[in-house]
Amino acid sequence: MGVEVVLPGVLADLAGGSRHLQVEAGGGTLGELLDAVAAAHPALGRRIRDEAGALRRFVNVYVDGDDVRFGGGTAARVPDGAVVQVLPSVAGG
Amino acid sequence: MTDLLAIGTRKGLWLARSDDDRRTWTLGGPHLLAQEVAAVAVDTRGPTPRVLAGIQYGHWGPTVMWSDDLGASWQETETGAIRFPEDTGAALARVWQLRPDGADRPGVVWAGCEPHSLWRSTDGGGSFELVRGLWDHPHRPTWEPGGGGGAVHTVLPDPATDRVTVAMSTGGVYVSEDGGSGWTPRNTGITAPFLPEPPPEYGQCVHKVAVDAAGPDRMYAQNHFGVFRTDDAGRSWTSIAGGLPADFGFPVVASPVTPGTAWVVPLVADMERVPPGGRLRVHRTRDAGATWTELGAGLPDGCWAAVVRDGACADGADPTGLYLGTRDGCVYASRDEGDTFTQVAAHLPDVLVVRAARI
Repeated sequence: MGVEVVLPGVLADLAGGSRHLQVEAGGGTLGELLDAVAAAHPALGRRIRDEAGALRRFVNVYVDGDDVRFGGGTAARVPDGAVVQVLPSVAGG
Repeated sequence: MTDLLAIGTRKGLWLARSDDDRRTWTLGGPHLLAQEVAAVAVDTRGPTPRVLAGIQYGHWGPTVMWSDDLGASWQETETGAIRFPEDTGAALARVWQLRPDGADRPGVVWAGCEPHSLWRSTDGGGSFELVRGLWDHPHRPTWEPGGGGGAVHTVLPDPATDRVTVAMSTGGVYVSEDGGSGWTPRNTGITAPFLPEPPPEYGQCVHKVAVDAAGPDRMYAQNHFGVFRTDDAGRSWTSIAGGLPADFGFPVVASPVTPGTAWVVPLVADMERVPPGGRLRVHRTRDAGATWTELGAGLPDGCWAAVVRDGACADGADPTGLYLGTRDGCVYASRDEGDTFTQVAAHLPDVLVVRAARI
């Protein structure tokens, strides 16, 4: 079944023009999922995480609606069939 | 003959052009809109000028981008031009400085970054390698971040030798004589009023360093309080702040063609950090800091905006052109070494960097 990754529109160009990616990486951690995303789309991958593997400070990731910052971070489990949403946080000026 | 002025701001890059020997300017942009552009370089060594930009994608992290068609299109390396090696455990926070090396080293571009690090590219800025000699320096864990973050913000490669000089806030001045393997702090004579006496071997908050046209051993430093000159490649520094209305400021600019000529933009400090009396002025020396002259024709009164460390630059023309960008989004250009200025832009986002080149 895999995992659906939903991107903000501003990142769609880095994923081939689509806001929705279907990734065959369900059942593992968020970090493993993002590794798979980065392998296919390197420029997209480094918008979401830095080179040390940390989620960027103002990028929020939700697994089935839950903010991973309060649920294990990149070690959060991503079940098969999950929807993972990437959103920019409230920041800037 | 065209002169190009690249203006990096907190929300994008503008490119101004002059086709009449810097008398009038046409502003183009924004390029890279909504991206912080804290570092810019115009590399004129190749068949076409390359504009390099150290950018911060807002939420999405920093990288280096470049344009070989004066901003019409931009490229970036898919995996990122600057990536800390895995064993460092570090991540790039901001690109503070991009500096092409000399004409005899085509393709070599240096980058100064946050966290405190120096990088070297041999492919024109597409990919950079961490300079391990500085990263592994035993002093590095004790370099403290200044207000803007801990960074190598000044990189001065000597095109004729293997000497590379860097400056850091904080950390001070370090020099390598072997292309980057070994590094020695060279801060003797530079004060550190934010630390207990006596001044330390390193840890100074040097805001900017510029090399005099007379040769690489003579440099100027604008410090976090204090303006200094060295005549021996940083081994000793002497105060040249006498005659200035304030010894605080961020940029120092040296003429690339006229020995002994340099400019600073004094600010009242420590807390205010505004032009004295709200009058934006530059101060020029023609005798390597022995005396200073206030210059302000064309610069505004009622200006309470600072010029940050890379918000001033010189071009390579003769007479030297001088350029200022302020935190209230104004840019001023002088084609007569600062005697008179014209306004190039107003109402831009905060200007972080200006760089000029004849293309």
